[in-house]
Amino acid sequence: MSGEKFDAIVIGAGMAGNAAAYTMASRGLKVLQLERGEYPGSKNVQGAIMYANMLEEIIPNFRDDAPLERHLVEQRFWMMDDTSHVGIQYRSDDFNESTPERYTIIRAQFDRWFSRKVREAGATVLCETTATELAKEGGKVIGVRTDRTGDVILADTVVLAEGANGLLGARAGLRQTPTSESVALAVKEIHFLPEDVIDQRFGLHGNEGCVIEAAGTISRGMAGLAFLYTNKESISLGIGCLVSDFAATCESPYELLEAFKNHPSIKHLIADSEVKEYAAHLIPEGGFKAIPPLFGDGWVVVGDAAQLNNAVHREGSNLAMTSGRIAGEAIFEVKSCGGRMTKRNLALYKTMLDDSFVIKDLKKYKDMPALLHTNSRNFFMTYPKLMSEASKNFMRVDGTPKIENEKATTAAFIKARSRWGLVSDAVRLALAWR
Amino acid sequence: MTVAVTKLRVEDKLFQNRYLVDPGRPHIKVRPHEHPSANLLALTRICPAKCYELNDKGQVEIAADGCMECGTCRVLCEASGEVMWNYPRGGFGVLFKFG
Ligand SMILES: Cc1cc2nc3c(=O)[nH]c(=O)nc-3n(C[C@H](O)[C@H](O)[C@H](O)COP(=O)(O)OP(=O)(O)OC[C@H]3O[C@@H](n4cnc5c(N)ncnc54)[C@H](O)[C@@H]3O)c2cc1C
Ligand code: SF4
Repeated sequence: MSGEKFDAIVIGAGMAGNAAAYTMASRGLKVLQLERGEYPGSKNVQGAIMYANMLEEIIPNFRDDAPLERHLVEQRFWMMDDTSHVGIQYRSDDFNESTPERYTIIRAQFDRWFSRKVREAGATVLCETTATELAKEGGKVIGVRTDRTGDVILADTVVLAEGANGLLGARAGLRQTPTSESVALAVKEIHFLPEDVIDQRFGLHGNEGCVIEAAGTISRGMAGLAFLYTNKESISLGIGCLVSDFAATCESPYELLEAFKNHPSIKHLIADSEVKEYAAHLIPEGGFKAIPPLFGDGWVVVGDAAQLNNAVHREGSNLAMTSGRIAGEAIFEVKSCGGRMTKRNLALYKTMLDDSFVIKDLKKYKDMPALLHTNSRNFFMTYPKLMSEASKNFMRVDGTPKIENEKATTAAFIKARSRWGLVSDAVRLALAWR
Repeated sequence: MTVAVTKLRVEDKLFQNRYLVDPGRPHIKVRPHEHPSANLLALTRICPAKCYELNDKGQVEIAADGCMECGTCRVLCEASGEVMWNYPRGGFGVLFKFG
C-alpha cells in the first residue's frame, strides 16, 4: 500500500462509511476503506429498523439480495409503569406494499452485504485494520496511520465514519469526545423463537413485522427508551439511557434490561426463547446543538461520529447512510471540477447536508434533548405512573361513580406536578416539538 | 423488583458472546489511584460488561476481557485521565454475530 495514494480513505464500514465508500467508488474514485472488525458489522449494534428510501437512493435494487428480516406493518408506543402499560397502536395493511418503506435487519448480516456491494463497486476494503492516527501536514489531513504498519497511507480526503465512539477525529482535535449528557448507553439482546411462534404472539403473517417502543418507569427516572423488534426468527430487545443519568443513579444497564424482560407486558412475548447474544453500544443523543464541525482541510465527518442521530424518532442508520452518500457526492463533485480537497471546497458537503432531511429534522428537535434531560423524572416516572392510574380509573367498574373517578385522576395529576407544572411541561414539550 | 432480576449474573450473558482476546494487550487501563472518583466508582455499576470491580483496598480495577467496546467508560473517565482507552488491535475484541 505504501506509495499508493487514494482519492479518499473511509474510516469504518458501518452505515455511513459504506454509503460514502459505495457512492465514491461507483463514480470511479479510488477508495480505500478501513474497518477494525474481523468483518464489517462485527463491532456494530443496532435495534434495528432500516429505512428503505435512504438505502434506495444509494442502491435502488437492494431488495434483490439484501438480508432483510420483516417489513413493518405495526408500531406500538407504550407508556409503562411497574406492572402495566398504556399504549397506542398503529397497524395498517397499507404497509404491505410491494416496496415496503422499513424493515427490521440484523446488522452483522446487513453490513456484510453492504460491504460486498462496496467491493463490487471497486473500493479496496481492509478489515481487521484499526486506523490509529490522522496524518497532517500544515494543518491539512493527508492520510492515516494504521496498526498494520507505521507508514502513512496517503489520500486527498479522509471520511471519518467511525461511529459514536470515534477516537480518531477527537484525538486529532477536529471535534470533542462526546460528553456523558450527549450519548446514551444501550444494551440489547437477541432472543430466538420459531417463526410461527412470533407470528402468533404478535398477530403477523408472512414477512410482516411489529415494533414496540416503550418509555416509563422501566428507565427508573432516567431519560431512556426501551424497544422490542420482531425479526424473522428472533426478537431484538433492549433499553438505553443517557450515560450522565447512569453515572448519577448508578443503575446497572443489565439489571434494567432484565427488569424490562420480566415486565408482565413483555415477559409472555419472549417466553421460552433462546438468548444468543448480549450487546452494548452508545447512541448519540445531543441532537442539532451537539453537531461538531463537519468538514475541514482534507476531511469530512459523517453519521454517528458527527452526532447525526435523531433520538426522538429513533432514527440513526438513515441519517448515517444519507450523510455518507452526500459526503461521497460532494467529494466527487469537487474532484470532477478539478478542485482540491480544501476546507473551502468541502463546505459543499455541509451545504448539501443542510438542504437534506438530516439537518432539517435535527433542527426541528433542537430543544428536545435539553427538555428531556432536565425533566427526566417527570417524563419517565411521574407521567407514566399517572397515565396508568388514569387508565385504571377509567377501566375499572367497581360501583364508584364515574365523576369521582375523573376527579381522582385530575387530583392525582395536580398533586404530582401542580397545575403550573403540568402547563409548563405541556408548553415546553409543544415548543420543543414544533 | 422481582428476585430473578437481582440474581442475574452478567457473566452468563457475556458467555453467549464471541471474543478474540489479545493476550497481554489490554485495550483499557485504569490509572493507579488511592481513592476512586465518583465517575470511576460508578463504572463498577454501569459498565454493561461488569469489567470494573473494587478491590479490597477500595480501588477500582479493570479486567477488560468481556468488554463490548461501548465507550461508556471512555466518555466518563478519559478526560480526567483516570481511564486510558484504545480500540483493541484490528480483528481482536468482541465479535458480534448479530449486533
Ligand atoms: C441499540 C441501538 C438501537 C438502534 N436502533 C436503530 C434503529 O432501529 N434504526 C436506526 O435507524 N438507527 C438505530 N440506531 C442507530 C444506528 O445504529 C446508528 O445511527 C448507525 O449505526 C450509525 O452508523 P455509522 O456508520 O455512523 O456508525 P457505525 O455503524 O457505528 O459504524 C462505525 C464503524 O467504524 C468502525 N471504526 C471505528 N473506529 C475505527 C478505526 N479507528 N479504524 C477502523 N474502523 C473503525 C467500527 O468498527 C464500525 O464498523 C440504534 C443504535 C443502537 C446502539
Ligand atoms: S467500553 Fe463499555 S464494556 Fe468496555 S469496559 Fe468500558 S464501559 Fe465496560
